[in-house]
Amino acid sequence: MLGIVGYGAYIPRLRLNRKAVTQANAWFAPHLGGKAKGTRAMANWDEDSITMAVAAARDCLGSGEDRSRVHSLYLASSTLPFAERLNAGIVSEALTLGDTVEALDIGGSLRAAMSGLGEALSKAQTIKGDVLLLAADNRKTRAASAQEIDYGDGAAAMLVGTRNVIAEYLGGGTVSVDFVDHFRLAGEDIDYFWEERWIRDEGIGKLLPKAIKTALKNAGVTAESVDHFIFPSTLSKIDAQLAKTCGIKPAAVVDNLAAGVGDTGTPHALLMLAHLLETAQPGQLIVVSQFGSGAQALVFRVTDAIRNFQPRTGASKWLARGVEETSYTKFLAFKSQLELERGMRGEQDKKTALTTLYRHRSAILGLVGGRCEKTGEVHYPPSRLSYTQGAPALDTQKPYKLAERQATVLSWSAEYLSYYPSPPHFYGQIDFDGGGRILMEFTDIAKGDVDTSTRVEMVFRVKDVDDKRGFVRYFWKATPLRDATAQVSE
Amino acid sequence: MPIGIKDKVVILGMGCSRFGERWDASPEDLMIEAYSEAMADAGIAPEQLDAAWFSTHMSDVGTGRGGLPMGIALRLPNIGVTRVENFCAGGTEAARAAVYAVASGACDIAIALGVEKLKDTGYGGLPVATVGTYIPQWYPAAVAPANFAQLATAYRHKHGVDAALLKRAIAHVSVKSHANGSKNPKAHLQKAVTEEQVLDAPIIAEPLGLFDCCGVSDGSAAIIVTRPDIARSLGKRDLVSFKALQVATSNGWEMHSNEWDGSYFHTARIAARKAYAEAGITRPREQVSMLEVHDCFSVTELVTMEDLYLSPEGGAVKDVMDGFFDAEGKIPCQIDGGLKCFGHPVGASGIRMLYEMYLQLQGRAGPRQLKDPRIGLTHNLGGQPPQNVCSIAIVGRLEG
Repeated sequence: MLGIVGYGAYIPRLRLNRKAVTQANAWFAPHLGGKAKGTRAMANWDEDSITMAVAAARDCLGSGEDRSRVHSLYLASSTLPFAERLNAGIVSEALTLGDTVEALDIGGSLRAAMSGLGEALSKAQTIKGDVLLLAADNRKTRAASAQEIDYGDGAAAMLVGTRNVIAEYLGGGTVSVDFVDHFRLAGEDIDYFWEERWIRDEGIGKLLPKAIKTALKNAGVTAESVDHFIFPSTLSKIDAQLAKTCGIKPAAVVDNLAAGVGDTGTPHALLMLAHLLETAQPGQLIVVSQFGSGAQALVFRVTDAIRNFQPRTGASKWLARGVEETSYTKFLAFKSQLELERGMRGEQDKKTALTTLYRHRSAILGLVGGRCEKTGEVHYPPSRLSYTQGAPALDTQKPYKLAERQATVLSWSAEYLSYYPSPPHFYGQIDFDGGGRILMEFTDIAKGDVDTSTRVEMVFRVKDVDDKRGFVRYFWKATPLRDATAQVSE
Repeated sequence: MPIGIKDKVVILGMGCSRFGERWDASPEDLMIEAYSEAMADAGIAPEQLDAAWFSTHMSDVGTGRGGLPMGIALRLPNIGVTRVENFCAGGTEAARAAVYAVASGACDIAIALGVEKLKDTGYGGLPVATVGTYIPQWYPAAVAPANFAQLATAYRHKHGVDAALLKRAIAHVSVKSHANGSKNPKAHLQKAVTEEQVLDAPIIAEPLGLFDCCGVSDGSAAIIVTRPDIARSLGKRDLVSFKALQVATSNGWEMHSNEWDGSYFHTARIAARKAYAEAGITRPREQVSMLEVHDCFSVTELVTMEDLYLSPEGGAVKDVMDGFFDAEGKIPCQIDGGLKCFGHPVGASGIRMLYEMYLQLQGRAGPRQLKDPRIGLTHNLGGQPPQNVCSIAIVGRLEG
């Protein structure tokens, strides 16, 4: 059997209050007042498509140390941080998948995740092992645009394989045409859109039914038998219209998370799918479709094995973990749409020595320390000589992964002195369960969230941005443990 | 235990520039200020200097690297000048090198000078330091206040001290130093402050406020050392000798193992034990007359009192609140204002501490002169609580 064997999701913690946006822009764009409902997910300053993809992947793969089942890693996004440097390669290092994994970036349209899922399904038939498809987007928008209100940031993960399939793949349909509803030239930040009515009638209205009908035909199922229909769009009620056009029952239309999250772009159909699979029942038929330079639809049937899988946190808990953000200028600053005065301390050169990064990539990107085989003491960063007082042993350390371990805060502070994109700058010493200590930065944190003894977990984030050369440095940060489900299962 | 340097080396002369925001002075001017005073105090000519050690930390914004800046600024007679850099403890390190050179017999007379020009950066606080190519890729771009503030969180937790009480105790540390600094015409900050002012100041790094942080100052200090017999032959009386000089440097244990609790300085305890042994001090709380400690932040001073075995473990809060370290207390601390008010020109601070001990021991400290001090201790720290260099010097009157 071929299909989905695991899934995960990630929705950033910050949820921008849409009213804060429309009110700030009311003087200029009063017509957006009607959109002042709910929130949209907003990436923290240190999140991008790579970090969110890592978060979704960890949600899917769980905290187990053995990830050897992952044979291939596909990363789909319209906002990959690097145009040249394998973005999926960074994700692979963070997930400690090993050097032999086949990592690949996919982009070019919002349909990229669906195309990637299709490719993953093809690939999985030919290999021993699973294909991990990740999708993430962190799109920039212009101030006072409809997009800044409608969009959201997030990521999804689908693990595809042939063993323990939880949603069997039945068939798919694709339409590839150069229908330019919006575009973004290489090097540009922001999408340019054509008229909504044309997109609705000539684009979605004609291309989607074609793809969906083909998919249903290839799957050998009828439209009436579809239990769940996924079609993300910022156009109001178009999913219901599409279902009607295709003969899918109205009740099958899956909530597109517009109220709390917004449209996350490339990952959105899969994010909706990950959310749906949390409650889907064996036997149910799912159509997942997405629009972009054509259309694509894939048909799955949920199996009994769905009962045996659950993501580490899951979309519904990510949804519940949100905290409302009412500062519109913070949103603009995080999206590079507002240049704040950084002060002279912000002038510090963040040049990264690539030789050093390569030499220590496992410690930096994978958070792999060293455990002394003699004493059991854990070292970060790993070193040839142990710190053991009075008896430093040479070459006794073996690689020891820390990223999935929880830790306890030993000491901390929050300072307002240095340039930091989201002050105050929190950092402190943390002691890992099972040994190891790192003085590291804290993220997704506010005053009152941390004290000595606070329990924390690791998240993969942007460490520094080198504006001068256009480079992004990634590392791990501590964040307070938000709920019991994140407990290490080992 | 080595024989040690006790009473083998004496101070021949010392000088210290006015510390502060010296918009008027280049690093060369600051060096000349300290050097001229020290040479006049020693009563020697430049040709009598055998070697020099030069301490400066922020070479990029100050003097530049190497020994050249000192050699050229002071027109030294082509003697060896070696730059010493060991974070904020560099001053004591330069003095240690000069003292060792004399003690070994390699030099008759040696000079150590520290200087820092911090106010040419364009902003307040310390310049951001570079730390190689690996550390920035994982370690936070941390600033000193937040590094030291973490002592407070760990100390509170370890000793069950209420946050408000600790905040008041460290406020008292600063109030005391401001009171002392107000009597020092060379000090950067010469204004007394109240506990309310300290407590109400804006937060720099939780829980440290503005007044919990020392001054960022320009300044220079110099020390000239020789053997007791040479000093006497030059007509010197009331000699002040070195009783001990010890340095301890972290090896990563605090930073990387899970054993250190974050509330104290491992190195300071090691250096203190060694220094007391070298000086023959067995009851420091009774035997030490006065102190200059590395009060970069108020909380550093508080925990240091335990690290130097002057306050019992967990007892520093009570001693501080009781005024044990005030000017009128049993062991006056920071009688010259300390880093807090005299100021902290990084590379010069260790020598500035010795300068105050020297003046006090010779009865030349003016309005802040203590009554009959015998033994003075300086504690000079570089780095941050989890990884640092701690230098401790003990000086006192040379008896006989």
